[in-house]
Amino acid sequence: MKEIRIAAMVAAALAVSAPAFAGATLDAVKQRGFVTCGVSTGVAGFSNPDSAGKWTGIDVDNCRAIAAALFGDAEKVKLVPTTAQQRFTALQSGEVDVLTRNTTQTLQRDTALGFNAAGVNFYDGQGFMVPKKLGVKSAKELAGATVCVQPGTTTELNLADYFRANRMEFKPVVIEKLDEVIAAFFSGRCDVFTTDASQLASVRATRTQNPDDYVILPELISKEPLGPVVRHGDDQWFDVVKWSLIAMIEAEELGITSKNVDEMAKSTNPNIQRFLGVTPGMGKALGVDEKWAYNIVKQVGNYGESFERNLGRSTPIKLERGKNALWTNGGLMYALPIR
Amino acid sequence: MATGTGDLGPPQRSVASRLNWNDPSFRAILYQIIVLGLVALTVWYLVSNLQANLKSRNIATGFGFLGLEAGFGISESLIEYSPASTYGRAVFVGILNTLRVAVIGIILATILGTIIGVLRLSKNWLISKVCSAYVETLRNLPLLLQLFFWYAIITETLPSARQALNPLPGIFLSQRGINFPVPAFGIAFDLILIGVALGLIGAVAFRIWAQKRQDRTGQQSPVLLVAAGLIFGMPLLGWLLGGAPTEMSVPELRGFNFRGGASLSPEFAALLIGLIAYTAAFIAEIVRSGILAVTHGQTEAALALGLTRGQTLRLVVLPQALRVIVPPMTSQYLNITKNSSLAVAIGYPDVVSIANTAINQTGQAIEGIALIMAVYLSISLGISLFMNWYNKHIALVER
Repeated sequence: MKEIRIAAMVAAALAVSAPAFAGATLDAVKQRGFVTCGVSTGVAGFSNPDSAGKWTGIDVDNCRAIAAALFGDAEKVKLVPTTAQQRFTALQSGEVDVLTRNTTQTLQRDTALGFNAAGVNFYDGQGFMVPKKLGVKSAKELAGATVCVQPGTTTELNLADYFRANRMEFKPVVIEKLDEVIAAFFSGRCDVFTTDASQLASVRATRTQNPDDYVILPELISKEPLGPVVRHGDDQWFDVVKWSLIAMIEAEELGITSKNVDEMAKSTNPNIQRFLGVTPGMGKALGVDEKWAYNIVKQVGNYGESFERNLGRSTPIKLERGKNALWTNGGLMYALPIR
Repeated sequence: MATGTGDLGPPQRSVASRLNWNDPSFRAILYQIIVLGLVALTVWYLVSNLQANLKSRNIATGFGFLGLEAGFGISESLIEYSPASTYGRAVFVGILNTLRVAVIGIILATILGTIIGVLRLSKNWLISKVCSAYVETLRNLPLLLQLFFWYAIITETLPSARQALNPLPGIFLSQRGINFPVPAFGIAFDLILIGVALGLIGAVAFRIWAQKRQDRTGQQSPVLLVAAGLIFGMPLLGWLLGGAPTEMSVPELRGFNFRGGASLSPEFAALLIGLIAYTAAFIAEIVRSGILAVTHGQTEAALALGLTRGQTLRLVVLPQALRVIVPPMTSQYLNITKNSSLAVAIGYPDVVSIANTAINQTGQAIEGIALIMAVYLSISLGISLFMNWYNKHIALVER
């Protein structure tokens, strides 16, 4: 049972060796030989096991990028599925090294929960999905509706805030497991299902018989910057996680893909030379191999490749890049300079 | 060292001989001290470790969060609650929801379990086999599975709110649960409640008086009739005193949901049905074993004295069976209470569900888990105390 699981994690937190020196997490990861990432229990496009049991998604790619930077091998990962409620205890207690699990970054989580947000790999917003037959056109018409939502999420709080701000009433049906809460929505227990818009699209594309029977309402009621999260106490580890993600975005900015990376290594562009470790320095500063970014691009791909592979037009989810396009294309993805 | 007791007293042992390794009592005490010391050391290690870790990671601690605004909604509450209420109030709503399902569950499971237990002993082949099948099926399936089953039955088979079944005027059956009319009597409602209380007290008082009278004179009184009269008559009187109102708050479909009246949610219904059906199977076996524990001679003797079958069961068999039944029944009641935490799986907002949400929004897992443990411990100890008291009470009237 979950509460037992959380209790076990609390017990684990109690038993973690007391002195948490800087570098403790990074050292532990290196010694272990693989990165332990907390992922969702299954959201197509973000982190989801395929029919062969292999996990795919942009969050999984994020985790693999960290492993590629650290070990030169993107396969050296262990993915731990966590529910919305378990994830923070799992990170706090050290059961996972990093959450790459569509987690919204907020002030409260950055401070009181003892975490550090290491960049954004998906800009999202909370939306509403309703059955088409209800004939609802706008979230403003949802007064009195029964809403399915997962507990322990910013979604749950935004939902209450939105209905309060618009002086409407609602009844929440709060179920932890994504599968169960979706089942409750599809059975008609709720009029509305609410979560991040990308996840709504993912659920609609992959879990419905006929996606056209459901509509996602136009209103986005919140900002949901999703990205990797680490716990306080190891700034070096934080750096590795942060720059692994930036490297994926930078690679797209520089036009380096998994296919042309060997070609690009011969480039005379000093930016590219620095990035791919042809000119050494960056890897040493980060405390990893000089080929770290090369390994990320070669084995995982750049951000754009990862997006298209998992969420883009060729997938059932068919998301537009939108806000997640590069800043040069009118989006928000902006890599900090690697120099 | 000469003492007054002289050579009659036991031989005085020196301190050295008392700390002798060969002395078994000394060894026993030493072992206990070592074990206690190890336990204390472990606890100290864990606590200091925890504090160091919490501090090094800047994780907030303490119960101060209970006074902060919760910000999340709760679907059903016995008291006023809104997202603007505090975490403390949210947890209290959860405790009340847990108690609500536990108390109703205990009462109904006892009734159902007793009926099935007695019927399993029936001489009627069909009835007894049906009850056996019930017990063997229900108690051998995991409760969580049963809860999913009941929840799926309710949400999958019932129609949507707009096509709600309407079996009786004012009563609606849909995926939103059962919506039914409730009296909107105002002041008369309070008078009726007072009437119910007075009626119950009067009925009990009359029974005690009748018992004493029977002991004294041997004359029996129509206890059942008078008690029924009091219990139904007093509330009726209260209603009449309140001006005999007939107004009802009737549920009515407006927009997405029913407004007015009262409702039972599918989550509550599924949890309650699941808990009752599951626990009743165990209670049935306890009741059956209790009845079988009373020797057949007792029944034969009672029948020989001219008591009817009903009187034999009520006056001879059950009082003796209760002594066997009550102690294991206590653990079943504790089970219902603790099993109600499976509510999380089907979305009923019990104390675990709400405390978990609070844990996740504030990140204070240790305080939250401590809170959950304290709540269950208090409820369980309360039930134990009551049942132990009751056990003593029935042990006294044993003849």
